[in-house]
Amino acid sequence: MDKTVLVIEDEPNIIEAISFILSRDGWRVATHSNGVDAVSAVGARKPDLVILDVMLPGRSGYDILRDLRAATETADLPVLMLTARGQTKDREMAESLGASRFMAKPFSNSEVLEAVRDLVRP
Amino acid sequence: MARSSLAGSRIRERRVMLGLRQAELARRAGISASYLNLIEHNRRRIGGKLLLDIAQVLGVEAALLSEGAEAALTGTLREAAADGALAAAEVEAVDEFAGRFPGWAQLLSTQHGRIGQLEQSVEALTDRLAHDPHLAASLHEVLSTVTAIHASSSILVDTKELEPEWRDRFHRNIHEDSARLAEGAQRLVDELDAGQARDATVNSPQEEVDAFLDAAGHAFPDLERGAAPDAVIAAANLTSVSAQGLARDRLGRMAADVAALPMARLVEALRGLRSEDRADPVRLAAALGLGVALVMRRLVSLPREVTDDLLPAAPGLVIADASGTFLYRRDLPGFPLPRFGAACPLWPLFTALQRPMYPVRARVQMAGRSDGVFDAYAIAEADGAAPGWDEPILRTHMLLWPAEGAGEGANTPVRGVGVTCRICPREDCAARREPSIMARGA
Repeated sequence: MDKTVLVIEDEPNIIEAISFILSRDGWRVATHSNGVDAVSAVGARKPDLVILDVMLPGRSGYDILRDLRAATETADLPVLMLTARGQTKDREMAESLGASRFMAKPFSNSEVLEAVRDLVRP
Repeated sequence: MARSSLAGSRIRERRVMLGLRQAELARRAGISASYLNLIEHNRRRIGGKLLLDIAQVLGVEAALLSEGAEAALTGTLREAAADGALAAAEVEAVDEFAGRFPGWAQLLSTQHGRIGQLEQSVEALTDRLAHDPHLAASLHEVLSTVTAIHASSSILVDTKELEPEWRDRFHRNIHEDSARLAEGAQRLVDELDAGQARDATVNSPQEEVDAFLDAAGHAFPDLERGAAPDAVIAAANLTSVSAQGLARDRLGRMAADVAALPMARLVEALRGLRSEDRADPVRLAAALGLGVALVMRRLVSLPREVTDDLLPAAPGLVIADASGTFLYRRDLPGFPLPRFGAACPLWPLFTALQRPMYPVRARVQMAGRSDGVFDAYAIAEADGAAPGWDEPILRTHMLLWPAEGAGEGANTPVRGVGVTCRICPREDCAARREPSIMARGA
């Protein structure tokens, strides 16, 4: 398959678990754990999908998503948003900014896997 | 009429209200009566020292007469009118209204501000996550940790033939995260506690009166000596009119109880009983030839020194009406009464409502951390004088004692009860009406 997922998340053990599951499923996984230079990390890695946490140190996931959607090369990049707050408001915010999918913590491994497979058809 | 021209009208209004003649006001302000007449008819502008002098004579803030205050006031009134979708013609009359009825206008404006504040606090209370960053942060931490544990543990369970190094690694991660979760959960509890303390400023009249009674230890020596309830209330620091009204009702009832059963008589009756029988209000009522509920109420109003001398402990008391709403509470440590929402239906307090006038006695164990055991005596009686052919209004009473100091032997059956379903850990309870947030297992 040889597709790359970039996980932008600041919880090391969540990163580890997601990376493990995705790589077992045949994905190449890159990780990044702060918000400040997340956009340039996306530019450098050119992933096929981004898993983006909303609450990141330095910069909000919403701001990062807004920048990604504004740039032509990442305007259509599939982005799976993760947040610890499953409130309607957050979901609406994510959708209005153009998130491809929204997932509230705590989520299950299979949900993540399913979403990733769904968003990037091999 | 232009807004700036209104100071004169207001001066006239105020002067007439005070019954002051134009000539008199002019003399005291140091101007001629004809000049004041021009001002009052808004033919001359007024400001500076003269406005201050006139305001002083009229006994009002100069700002109230001046344009600035007027503009601010009518601004608020216009806002209120917009919120209330008032007809345009009415809104046009705002200057006249503010000019003619400054007191009412000010009241309306103050209340409009107050409504705004209340709306804000309601919003803050209903959406604490959005308004309380500390709480949101703690919750985020807990959810993140739970997610990490969940993800790691399902890998351990779901992955067939997991390499030992990976297995060890996820085990270690779960161990770390569970320690973090324990800390995070504690912080969350602290945040909620702190929130409760902050919310305590949003007091209902009922809570205000409860706090007042608690501060007095529910004993009022002045009432025992026959003082009027109003004298006691006057000395109390009750802010709202409704709290004062509630306190008047409570203390009025206490005064009536004092008259029906003076303390000296109660103390004498207590001394006449064996010490192990004194906790039993039914026995005490029989000895006195009086109602059980009255005796219960009087037992909690005894001063500390009498309680220490004659009773096994300071008892707790709850009084509720037939809807289950608490009307009176004297808390007993270890037996918390819910602040909001209904209590546990298994309490003898409610059992007693099923058989009015029949006393109920039960040993109960409160589910929770302390699992305290209490002896409860309850009775529902009709409130007030004979209602004639009207339905009697029942009030149910429950007197509580810590069980180690009162009641019979250890072979009394114990009934398990809780505070309220939401926070009750008791599983398999036939009386459960909603799930507990503390239930163990999934």
